Amino acid sequence: MDAVAVEGVWKFYGDFPALRDIQLAAQAGSCLALIGRNGAGKTTLLRTIAGFSRPGRGKVLIFGQPPRETDTRRHMGFIGHGISVYDELSALENLMLFGRLYGLADPRKSALEWLERTGLERVRDGLVREFSRGMRQRLAVARAFLHEPSVLLLDEPFTALDDRAIAVLQTLLRQALADGKTIVLSTHQLREALDLATHVAMLNRGQVAFHGPCTPEMVADPGFVYARYGEG
Amino acid sequence: MQFLRQVLVITAKDLRAEIRTKEAVNSSLAFAVVILLLFSFAFDAFEDTAKEMAGGLLWIVFAFSGTLILNRSFARELPNDCLDALISAPLSGAALFLGKALGNFVLVLAVELISLPVFGIFSNVHWTQQFWQLMLVLVLGTWAMTVVGTIFSALTVNIRLREVMLPMLTYPILVPALMAAMQLTMGLVLGKPIGPDTVMWLKMLIGFDVMYTAASVLLVETVLVG
Repeated sequence: MDAVAVEGVWKFYGDFPALRDIQLAAQAGSCLALIGRNGAGKTTLLRTIAGFSRPGRGKVLIFGQPPRETDTRRHMGFIGHGISVYDELSALENLMLFGRLYGLADPRKSALEWLERTGLERVRDGLVREFSRGMRQRLAVARAFLHEPSVLLLDEPFTALDDRAIAVLQTLLRQALADGKTIVLSTHQLREALDLATHVAMLNRGQVAFHGPCTPEMVADPGFVYARYGEG
Repeated sequence: MQFLRQVLVITAKDLRAEIRTKEAVNSSLAFAVVILLLFSFAFDAFEDTAKEMAGGLLWIVFAFSGTLILNRSFARELPNDCLDALISAPLSGAALFLGKALGNFVLVLAVELISLPVFGIFSNVHWTQQFWQLMLVLVLGTWAMTVVGTIFSALTVNIRLREVMLPMLTYPILVPALMAAMQLTMGLVLGKPIGPDTVMWLKMLIGFDVMYTAASVLLVETVLVG
């Protein structure tokens, strides 16, 4: 069974089809990089996979279940454009909040463990609004990984990250892949993404222009896919 | 059990954030006190007619000041895209809605309870004569406002003019609940208990609460995800 299956998905904004008959699949333990120019539909597709909006036609399945099922969401982690943590709460309170919502057995223990893994244990009681940008981003990473999701959906995860946050995220993503978890990420930063990706899907005007394994040519020359399958 | 725990987690989160920032409560309370003060100048507090109207005016103050709190309800989730994190978490839309509604209810009720003594002084009304019945009406009327305000706060969260849209959408729907609360409060603040002539308004208020809570719980998932 595919970890993530996108079957004939269309998504309309009014009459405009933002996604057109998307067919994609990612198996457990794989990393699918969604690439494409601005407006190609990467974020819309990722948000549809995450269950933030329903497709106009077609369906999305996560391990055979719709993404809006409560049990399915328990196995999904999402990092979007925002950091998705509360400025008025401390780092520890933020992680404990999400730990409780995900029904973790010991939210405090998990939160402390992830604060340590992301290098935030010293500022655990500091309010997020007082954090530097890099610290906020590391906290966002901790929030997404807190409940040990088996499917990670990452929208432009490397954008605007500082060097330390990129290093933390890459380490965690490699570890996740080694543990058999599935990653779907959209990105413009081809070098970082193709370094991790096992498969690549290129979107062009809401359609899949290419979907296949990540080849050595792509890793050697990140512009290869654009040159071959892009609109030029 | 897990559902109830998630409701309380959301409520606690909203209350903690509001206690730290006080952004909604301060403005709501200041607004309520200023309007009560202005009403005391507009109407002679020693005239019987003004006293009879006082209960009705009180709910106008509560409705306007409550909107300032309700406006912040889902808007609080917009910075940092926190709503995405809540929608992707394994909690039902109903738990999210009830958690937020409960948080709003506590905040609006707190503003109302602080405003009541001020109202008593400015309007020259001994509002404690039917204290428990008045509290019952206050709770039912406040729940009506918060349940409608919270669902419309979710609906308008991504609209640019949400501060304008929320009152425009909620007040017309709240008319029956506000009418009932006003009719009941007008008598209660003058010391008249709820009797056979006013019990119909109480039933109407309870019916409104039950109907709109059920409808909101059923619709919130569609409102949030489409």
